[in-house]
Amino acid sequence: MAATAPSDEAELAAGIAAARAAGEPLLISGNASKAPMLRPVQAARTLSTRNLTGITLHSPAELVLSARAGTTLSAIEEALAAHGQHLIAEPPDLHALLGTNSAPTIGGTVAANLSGPRRIAGGAMRDHVLGIRAVNGEGTAIRSGGRVLKNVTGLDLCKLIAGSHGTLAVMTEITLKVLPAPERTGTIAVAGLAAVAGVAALAAALGSPYAVSAAAYLPDGAAEALPGLAGLVVHPGVALARIEEFASSVAYRTERLAAELARFGTTRAIDDSASRALWRTIRDALPLAAGVGEADAVWRISVPPSQGPRLAAAATAVGGRWFMDWGGGLVWVAAPADEARHRSLTEAAHAAGGVWMLLRAPDALRASLSALPPLSPALERLTRRVKAAFDPAGILNPGRMYAGI
Amino acid sequence: MIALPEPKAAIMARREAILADLARLVEPDALISEPHCLRAYETDGLAVYRQPPLAVVLPATTEEVAAVLRYCHDGGIRVVPRGAGTSLSGGALPLADAVVIGLMRMNRILAIDYADRVATVQAGVTNLGITGAVSGQGFFYAPDPSSQLACMIGGNIAMNSGGAHCLKYGVTANNVLGLTIVTIEGEIVRLGGTHLDAAGYDWLGILTGSEGQLAIVTEVTVRILRSAEGSRAMLAAFRSNEVAGACVAAIIGSGIIPVALEFMDRPAIHACEDFAHAGYPLDAEAMLIIEVEGSAAEQEDLLARLGEIVGRFDPLSLKIATTAEESAAIWKGRKGAFGAIGRISPDYLCMDGVIPTSELSSVLHRIGEMSRSFGLGVANIFHAGDGNLHPLILFDANDRESMAKAEKFGAEILKLCVAVGGCLTGEHGVGVEKRELMGEQFSAADLDQQRRIKSAFDPEWLLNPSKVFPLGAPPPVIHIA
Repeated sequence: MAATAPSDEAELAAGIAAARAAGEPLLISGNASKAPMLRPVQAARTLSTRNLTGITLHSPAELVLSARAGTTLSAIEEALAAHGQHLIAEPPDLHALLGTNSAPTIGGTVAANLSGPRRIAGGAMRDHVLGIRAVNGEGTAIRSGGRVLKNVTGLDLCKLIAGSHGTLAVMTEITLKVLPAPERTGTIAVAGLAAVAGVAALAAALGSPYAVSAAAYLPDGAAEALPGLAGLVVHPGVALARIEEFASSVAYRTERLAAELARFGTTRAIDDSASRALWRTIRDALPLAAGVGEADAVWRISVPPSQGPRLAAAATAVGGRWFMDWGGGLVWVAAPADEARHRSLTEAAHAAGGVWMLLRAPDALRASLSALPPLSPALERLTRRVKAAFDPAGILNPGRMYAGI
Repeated sequence: MIALPEPKAAIMARREAILADLARLVEPDALISEPHCLRAYETDGLAVYRQPPLAVVLPATTEEVAAVLRYCHDGGIRVVPRGAGTSLSGGALPLADAVVIGLMRMNRILAIDYADRVATVQAGVTNLGITGAVSGQGFFYAPDPSSQLACMIGGNIAMNSGGAHCLKYGVTANNVLGLTIVTIEGEIVRLGGTHLDAAGYDWLGILTGSEGQLAIVTEVTVRILRSAEGSRAMLAAFRSNEVAGACVAAIIGSGIIPVALEFMDRPAIHACEDFAHAGYPLDAEAMLIIEVEGSAAEQEDLLARLGEIVGRFDPLSLKIATTAEESAAIWKGRKGAFGAIGRISPDYLCMDGVIPTSELSSVLHRIGEMSRSFGLGVANIFHAGDGNLHPLILFDANDRESMAKAEKFGAEILKLCVAVGGCLTGEHGVGVEKRELMGEQFSAADLDQQRRIKSAFDPEWLLNPSKVFPLGAPPPVIHIA
């Protein structure tokens, strides 16, 4: 496949304008670490943002950072850490789960609106996008938002572009709100819980006044890989709730939280360094990644948290492996890839009032299946109109989200 | 004054027939057409603009909203959605040929789920009404605009409202999980739900803050949060705006994000103190209200850290509340600020620009210079942590010259905000007020892309017209590929 990786926005815009003139679809990509996500794109050429790199603004006292789209997440995290700050949404690095071997970029992460465990407390990746520079499907450079923390001026195109998987416009630069990183973290584990009791424990934690910043449940198989649990009898599963604060607050809040959760099962406090390692493992979905092969599929299912156990049961019923994040609201499932399993899991997600995303599957299967919930007629009409408003010729990542769009 | 478009003569000529048709679509008492009754809807929080609409309907259900929209769409009739009418930018200002759809009768709380931490309410429930419904269980709805007693969640969606506590808890967009909307074609669409990260394009994100340009919201699902164990405020007084601004930067740079960080300058301090007798420092040029949350010991710890930072900026005084009552006293003046300003000036314009916080002292200095050159007073009250300024320009609306100067002064402040890297509006919206300034912030290509999204939802531009976008250009036409 022919590939171009422009070195600046003007060159990228010219590339898109030329493709538009030729009516030639483009596969839009960063470092391709998430290439297996959603549906395959039929395009003869790839346009990559990987050469648009570098942090263009970091003003720690203003809580703002701008970077070109191809800058790696790790480069941004490193620059922030040097000033005691972090990315609020705790975005994951899914390359292990997806079977790729490149580093995720900020552009790809925003384009996929991927958030980690802190999503439940701090908001999604798209929530912290303050401004975007992008090129639409006509090759026109546009700007939305800005570099200030509050902004309701005009329609917020940042929200539409974030999470649009490169189908509306190609981001060239992104400005994010950032926050001070916590001085300390601590986690309370509650062991010996089945899924329903585990999610009830997480609801109690999230309904407490201690500002729990992450809440996950792992059945014992998935929990084996986790740091900090050695010697704890996990079976049938473990609920985990995190506090991130100043050191004195972490000590106080984890103690109170453990007292409140003791009615559910055996509790253990996991200290700062083990807690950080543990949540990185969960963030990147590593408890599933190890066993996933070419013939497997992975689903990321978002449901009301109390419905998580229902999805877990559906996953078990199709012979899948799973764990839950977001207090039960995010269910990661890996299972052998086939249409019957896909149908049974996505129907369960729909019945539970939730949505799903097919994260990876063999190419033939993801070309023939829906990778996202099907659109109602009214939403399909809006989706097509919005797509046409950005990309009238339909050349940017056609078919990536929905067949024919 | 900002111009409103000429009414469509054909619509005005059909007024009686339109009223008769609308009467068949809603309950008999839900159609308002008598001129003296329409007066109640002629303006909103930007009261210098007034225009009674053709008619007002007050639907009680989503289906009635859909029926009215379908009718208006088919007849080419403009529609202005309205919640409580508290918009400060003229977002709910009617047009002479428009039907106002008021959502105040849709005021029921539909569902509360504490295990999943969500509440679903109709669009006409007030902001504070949501918190009121869940506070008994120790929960609250986070965004807290100053108008929260009156303003409705539907309007909060339209404006993406913030408030004093959004530095920590985010604005409306960060707290919405689901919407029921009605399109201009009268189609009812449910977006999101009670789960996080709805699938597909971010409909919730583009609708929140869209100022009634894209659809009418009838139901909203929001996240509710468990309240912290307690909160406490402190008040610090400074010798100059510059020093107070530097202190704000030092607080944010220290790693502490207070739940609120409010700034008031000398004129605002005096007006609020005269009104509320809150014990504010009358010798200060600027003051900060800083609030922290947590257990009693955590509050003590954070206030000590903050007290140490404030101490580095040579404060004139530092008052740390020791009880909830003392915290309430510190907030009393700030919460009554708008009433207080209303006592010292016949009218005021409340601006809403945002600046990078590093520009705080230089921008306040420039606003002071402009105040002298325009000969109009200005009081500054704002959310300092996020750089969202609220200069209140004092003027007399009965004096045309005073009003023209006030509008020019306001526009100059907003242009300055954009010039230093900020934006025209942080939480009040563009409305009619800032419509013609959009070109200051956006290029023609940027605005064209926004206008195309407007067309994608509302091809004939019937929804809340003459707001947000500069007048003049015809609606872009979207062709489906």
